Amino acid sequence: MNQATIDTLYELLRQVTGFIYPNEVEVHWSILIVLYPYLTGLVAGAFILASLVKVFNVKEVQAVYRLALLTALAFLLIAPLPLLLHLGHPERSYEIFLNPNFTSAMAMFGFVYAWYLMVVLVLEIWFTYRRDLIQWSQQEKFPMRWLHRIIALFSNDLSERALEFDGKMVKAITIIGIPSAFLLHGYVGFIFGSIKANPWWSSVLMPIVFLFSAIVSGIALVILLYMIILPLRGEKIDMQCLDKMSSFLFYAVIVDFSLELLDFIHRLYESEESIRILGELVMNKLFVSLGIIQVLLGMLLPLGIIVCIKLFKFNEELRKLLYFVSVILIQLGILATRWNVVIGGQMFSKSFRGLTTYKMGLGGIEGLLMSLALLAMPLIILAVFIKVLPPWAKAQAPSPEQAKS
Amino acid sequence: MDSNNMERRTFIGKMVALLLVPLGGIGALIRNVAAASADYNPAEHYYGMGIQIDKCIGCGRCVEACKDENEVPREPFFFRTWVERYFIVGDNEAVVQNLDERLVNGKQPGLEGEVMRSFFVPKLCNQCDKPPCVQVCPVTATFKTADGVILVDDHRCLGCRYCIQACPYGARYLHPVRKTADKCTFCYHRVTKGLNPACVEICPTQARIFGDLRIKASPLTRFKRMNKLHRLKPSLNTEPKVFYSNLDGEVR
Repeated sequence: MNQATIDTLYELLRQVTGFIYPNEVEVHWSILIVLYPYLTGLVAGAFILASLVKVFNVKEVQAVYRLALLTALAFLLIAPLPLLLHLGHPERSYEIFLNPNFTSAMAMFGFVYAWYLMVVLVLEIWFTYRRDLIQWSQQEKFPMRWLHRIIALFSNDLSERALEFDGKMVKAITIIGIPSAFLLHGYVGFIFGSIKANPWWSSVLMPIVFLFSAIVSGIALVILLYMIILPLRGEKIDMQCLDKMSSFLFYAVIVDFSLELLDFIHRLYESEESIRILGELVMNKLFVSLGIIQVLLGMLLPLGIIVCIKLFKFNEELRKLLYFVSVILIQLGILATRWNVVIGGQMFSKSFRGLTTYKMGLGGIEGLLMSLALLAMPLIILAVFIKVLPPWAKAQAPSPEQAKS
Repeated sequence: MDSNNMERRTFIGKMVALLLVPLGGIGALIRNVAAASADYNPAEHYYGMGIQIDKCIGCGRCVEACKDENEVPREPFFFRTWVERYFIVGDNEAVVQNLDERLVNGKQPGLEGEVMRSFFVPKLCNQCDKPPCVQVCPVTATFKTADGVILVDDHRCLGCRYCIQACPYGARYLHPVRKTADKCTFCYHRVTKGLNPACVEICPTQARIFGDLRIKASPLTRFKRMNKLHRLKPSLNTEPKVFYSNLDGEVR
């Protein structure tokens, strides 16, 4: 047995207040499980932003369409990693495909994930890029020429009919993609919301709250990346696009905030058996992460900032700065939301009589450094994607629709 | 002389035979146990447990026996069964303590006001008839047997800990060496041989009664007939098969 683990448990024991069941000293789902809904939320949110362009014809956001798709894919590739690392027996994870328990929300993970990755994201990106890949490979030298040819699966049909088909497919996949994105993240909410043993989690609103917070975090992430990458490339930020994205962000934050407020008021009003311990949880253990970071800094402050931008005619530079600050705050707020759900839900005893505590280590698989690495990995993957599949090339080459006309 | 010899021989013979009787008895017992195990048909049983709160003296022998029998780690963070001590103080305020002194950690509960009543509550897996842990296990590593016991296949368990989250009773833990979920099995390896679970076997006051819920003439059925019973957290609709007599409403 690992002595360090036991020492940690004894240390945690000293911080237990009230009575908890003896098996409850350890917080079983650690920071890694906080990252998992955070990462999948970013995927779903980024995808929904991208689909605004294709399904709802929001022209202003066209500039970030490809960036949003690549972002979604980069984060989706890393999303299962924290889950895998957290398993006691990661080498058995294939069992989830071979022997799935159909009554288990978690067992459906593999299928939802595979569906979303292969059918939705990869296909949509392939059809979006197919024409460009062929054109690039015709102009390039080894090795990029071959790389692009392989990614295009050696297709070289640039006929009008083929391009039209690409466009149709992209639209069709996006239409399937929106409910799929809802499924991907709604289902993550269901994993928590369906646990009747845990009153902090058990709520029918959980999947919907997860979904809207996902949309919030995804849009905020794409705005952040857009605002960082464009100046780095020496290009000008499209203010119309930025304003539009921020508007969508604003409405998403309002819906998200309203849902969470509804959940809060509903709990308080019903005032069930668990209300006392949940009150203690919020006031003692989650005061900073929920009250200050999630609500005040992560929601109310950015909402206030965006309201100010909408009310007053700020100049471009100030608007950019304020947007930049808002999306960082929102990102922090959503990460805190995940923390409050996952860690918060395990810090009170199911006897409703006491609280335990969670201590995150610095090193080790479940430590802070690993978490930071997991958060950085999608960005590195995204950098590679941007190199291989430049999302900006669209501006230079005519789109299928333009080519047709 | 001859008759004396005869008598002596007969006497020795009889004594040897007498000595062999208990050995034979043990042999027969071993044979019976082996036969019971080989012929065991889980569909013919449905197990449950009764706990008589008024008989528990809080000696903690059950916890010890369980840890010995089932290789439960000794540290006070891993329990298949444990005993809680309740004090109902003043205005119906419940103060609860774990019996294991290491968990109390030198901190005595704040007993402000007069203690109205005090009692012990042995806890274990409730072997729910509608087990939420089985529902959520992604790979069916935890399952309900035909005889109603919830088991974990530790060759299949991923260690995802979803079942630990789903158990309303805190009856599960992650085995720190095996890295798989672990819990009370009603000492399945014993009960399939016709023996009692270790905690029942060792209890000096017979506070725990183990048995087959389908057998009409059994101590468990008698216990169910003679007492007002309560099951833990009935509102969650898990339908536990551990029944408590004379349980205080404050117990969760």
